Order: sequence, then C-alpha cells, then structure tokens
Amino acid sequence: MDVASGSLLYLDGVSVSFDGYKALRGLSLTLAPGEMRAIIGPNGAGKTTMMDVITGKTRPDSGDVLFGGSTDLTKLDEATIAELGIGRKFQKPTVFESHTVDDNILLALKAPRSALATLFGKAPASTRSRIDHILETTRLKDHRHRLAADLSHGQKQWLEIGMLLAQDPKLLLVDEPVAGMTDAETAQTAELLRAIAVDHSVVVVEHDMTFVRDLGVKVTVLHEGSVLAEGPLDVVSADPRVIEVYLGR
Amino acid sequence: MMSATNYRLLDMRGLIFLAVLAIAAIMVPICTLIIPADSAFAVPPYIVALFGKYLCFALLAVALDLVWGYCGILSLGHGAFFALGGYAMGMYLMRQIGARGVYANPVLPDFMVFLNMKELPITWWGFQSFPYAMLMVLLVPGVLAFGFGWLAFRSRVTGVYLSIITQAMTYALLLAFFRNDMGFGGNNGLTDFKDILGFNVQATGTRVALFVASCIALAGGYLIARWVTTSKFGKVVVAIRDAESRTRFLGYRVETYKLAVFVLSAMMAGVAGALYVPQVGIINPGEFAPTNSIEAVIWVAVGGRGTLVGAALGALIVNWGKTFFTGALPEYWLFALGALFVFVTLFMPKGVVGALEQLKSRRARKKVVAPEAAAAGE
Repeated sequence: MDVASGSLLYLDGVSVSFDGYKALRGLSLTLAPGEMRAIIGPNGAGKTTMMDVITGKTRPDSGDVLFGGSTDLTKLDEATIAELGIGRKFQKPTVFESHTVDDNILLALKAPRSALATLFGKAPASTRSRIDHILETTRLKDHRHRLAADLSHGQKQWLEIGMLLAQDPKLLLVDEPVAGMTDAETAQTAELLRAIAVDHSVVVVEHDMTFVRDLGVKVTVLHEGSVLAEGPLDVVSADPRVIEVYLGR
Repeated sequence: MMSATNYRLLDMRGLIFLAVLAIAAIMVPICTLIIPADSAFAVPPYIVALFGKYLCFALLAVALDLVWGYCGILSLGHGAFFALGGYAMGMYLMRQIGARGVYANPVLPDFMVFLNMKELPITWWGFQSFPYAMLMVLLVPGVLAFGFGWLAFRSRVTGVYLSIITQAMTYALLLAFFRNDMGFGGNNGLTDFKDILGFNVQATGTRVALFVASCIALAGGYLIARWVTTSKFGKVVVAIRDAESRTRFLGYRVETYKLAVFVLSAMMAGVAGALYVPQVGIINPGEFAPTNSIEAVIWVAVGGRGTLVGAALGALIVNWGKTFFTGALPEYWLFALGALFVFVTLFMPKGVVGALEQLKSRRARKKVVAPEAAAAGE
C-alpha cells in the first residue's frame, strides 16, 4: 500500500469482463499528484473501459481502484466520483446542444449540485468572472452566446475541455481529444492541455502519435487489457513488443 | 440554427398567454351572469363548462410538457395522475351528497349501500373535509409518482421502456378501479354530485366559478413550470434531456432531478383532474384508459413540445377539434386525430408555436435582406 498512499490514482489488478470477453486483465497503473500521463494502445486495448471503471460507470470484477490514496472508487456512483474531483471528457464530444456556450460552462462550474441548491440557490458573484476565465482559456469567448449545437467539431471539443476545467477537478480524464481535428486544432489542443496540466493531474487517451509527442509526457501502452510498457515516448516506441503490437496488426 | 431558450420568467409569449387567461377569467363571468341571455354577447352556460374542461386539459398538457418537453421523459401514463386527482375530488363530492342519495344513507354513498357495504372504507375517511380532499388531490398523484419514479429512475429505466411502464401503470390502475371491491364505485365511477363547498354544482354561478378557478390553476401551473424551467434547476433538467450521462459525470444526481420534475408534474396533473370532475359531473375508470394519456401527448406535440404555452394551446386546439368532429362527423374523429398527428410530425415538428416562431424569424430576416437587396440593386 506504500505506492497507493502517495498516489492520486492507483489501480491494481483491475479486471473487467463483459459476457466472457475480458476487457481488462489485471490492469495496474499509478498516477502521481500533478502528473500528466498519456495512454496509448490499439483498439480494444481497454482504454475506454479503464475510464469507465475510474468514473464509476463500470464496476470491476476484481482489483483495487483508489483515489487520493484511500478512497475506494469501486463502491461509488458517477455523481459521487465527479464530486470527489474526477472529471471526464468523452471520446465523442458531448456538450449540452440546446444550451449556450455560457450555460454549458455554468452547469459544469463547481457549485452545489443538489436539486434544492439549483432551484432556490443564487449564483455567487464570482460566477461571471470564472466563466470568462474559462472561455478565454478555451478560446470560446466570442462564441459564448451561441448554442453549443452550432459550434464546429473542434470548438465542441474545447467546450467540453472547458467544462472539465470549470468542474475544477483534481484529475481530468480526457478520451481522444483530437479525434477529427485539423492539424492546427490538434496543436492548439496540445497547448491547451499542457496549460491545464500545470495545476491539474491529467490522463489523456489518444491514438494520434504526433499529438502524444507534442504533449511530451510519460506514456503507458495498453494491450489486451493490461499494461504492455511504460516510460517516455521514445523509449516506449523502441520497445520491440510495442512495435509488434502496433505494426503487427 | 436552433433558437436559444429565453430565460426571463415572463417572455412575450407568456405575457400574451397570461393576458388571454386573465381576460377570459374576467369576461366570461360578465358575459354569463350579467349580460342578459338573449344578448349577442351572452355566453351560454354549456360553453362555460366546455371551455372549463379544455382549461383542465391544458393544465394536464403543461404538466406533461414539463416532463416530456424539458426532461425528455415521455410519460404515456399522465392520465393516471389526472384521474387520481379527479377521484379525490369525486370522493369529496360524493360525501357532500349525504342523505340526499337514493338510499338516503347519511354516510355511505349509494353504490356502497348497493354493494352491501356496512361502513365507510378507510380510504374514504376524511373526504367530507374539503381541505383534506384538496391535500389528497396533490398527495395521491405525488406519492404514486414518487414511488414509481424512485424505482424507475434509480434503475435507470429510460426512453421507450419507461414510456411502456408508465402505460402499464395507468392500465393497471384502470383494471383496479373497475373492480367493485376497490370501493371507488367500480365501472360506474362516482357521479350524481350535488354540492361543492355548499354551492350546487349544476348552477351557472358555480360553473362560472369553476371556470375562473381553472383559469387561475392553469396560469398558476404555467408560472410554476416557467419558474422551474428558467432556473438553474431547469437548465440541469434540459441538460439531462440532451446528454444524460454527461450530466451525471458533472456530478448531478440525475435520478433526483427526474424524480422532482416527475412528482411536480404529477401533482399539477392531479389538480387538473380535480377541477375537471365537478365540471363534467362524473369520474369513472375510463379516465385511466391509456388512450387518454396518449391523446395528451398528441396535444403537447401539436402545440409545440418544450414551450409550455404551446402545450396548453395544443390541448385547446385538439379538444376543440374533437368536440367539433365528434358532433359533425363522429366516425371520422380518430382518423382526423391520426392525420393531425402525422401532419404535425412531418410538417411542424416543433408544433404550432414552433411553426409560428419560424414564420416570424423568416419574416424578420426578409426585412433585413430586402433593404440590402434594394441597396445592391442601385
């Protein structure tokens, strides 16, 4: 438990199977506070299932998932885990299409989440400036009054990252943030994530190798539900097993 | 482009709606009670009762729009909450008959004497009191919605599955209320009402008062629904409709929100049913029929889902059409209703209110474009 106590996120021997298909087989992963980590791996390696386990969407069959060294995430539901400080960005951009950009951020902004609080509560005076700050970071200030449905694909991805920021989580899980983006947008997104990583822990799942290289962080390679290799991108990509998994397909 | 929701408590649409209701609530009593009956401006009492009934349907439609239009819960069983509110009112009205019934029993309503019941069932206790009955009008639908919603939303039953079990719920109640041993009058239901709060239910004055009460209830229901949907709570509810799991990952307890909206809506439907019963003079298990709940969904779709005013308008339009058709061409009403539903789905997906809005914005755009075109032509 020594490793667990100093970590922000600690997965040990996590296994998940769906109708006999083993999505995760004894996955172990440790993330230090403030760390940014890139997770790569071919399709079906278990990246999304891992996110589902961490955020409480899927219950593991066995293994430990600890947050902040002591909180057992396997016993909690999505809302509780989100309130603990784990934010998640989906692979497909999911924003609230019939709300404005402003309202999307407002709903994500860290504030009491209970029905009574949202029905009767008054927004604190700082709300406006916090929204402004996030819209500036995500370059969406000029679009604040537009409906999220009318944004471009890249803008929706940024809006969702902005919503993550608004939650002010301790840990951000970001699933394929640059899928479907242009090269320029991809570069801007890497910049955005690096800025976020300054004061947050981030886990990024990505296919795009140029993007992972841009991030310049420690890389974990998943394969068939467990960790194949871990280390800097250059070391990992020289690993013969990794080459086989990626090129052998 | 989609149009943004207006988050002021009262927008232009709402103001017009409330103004029309206020005018109706003032003019109808004048035209019925003060203006002599042979005047061209006189409103005959049967029209008052008819439109009073429509207003109750409009309130049911607003309640349904709150859960369907804003929270995405397509309830096909809202008629059950309406009917339960109606039964609570009906039970009060039955107790008011007293010894004036055919069997002249001072406590037991006629059907109980007929069924050889010796004493008042526990479910009927307290219903001689108007405040108690009104409390039940809110509580009975509210508690049912709470129990039902708690189980369904916690188990994350959504979409068409949820719609089917709401339908099953109202059907189960239909079967239950048909049984004589339930103690609610079996298939005859509750009828032959005499007084409400000491006034004769048949009297024109009472009918007018019930009409005005229906106007007030509809306005009140609209304002509550509007207040809820324009709050941050309302934004969360729309977020749940659009992307439920996203809302959950933001830390909102989706079940609680759905449950709150569902219970509020059920209570509004109960009030609508309670006002409906004295105006039509009867409540029977037929009100639980699944078709009633489905018709209510059609009203909302016709008027414009997620607009509240549209829902009320849809209820008025469709029911007026129903009255007209069932009078003029009775065998064609269901065809007309079906055709209307197909037409609205195909050509006015946002209902009457949505279509009007589109027309307005198109005209506004033309006005902007026209001078520019003229300038370009010079």
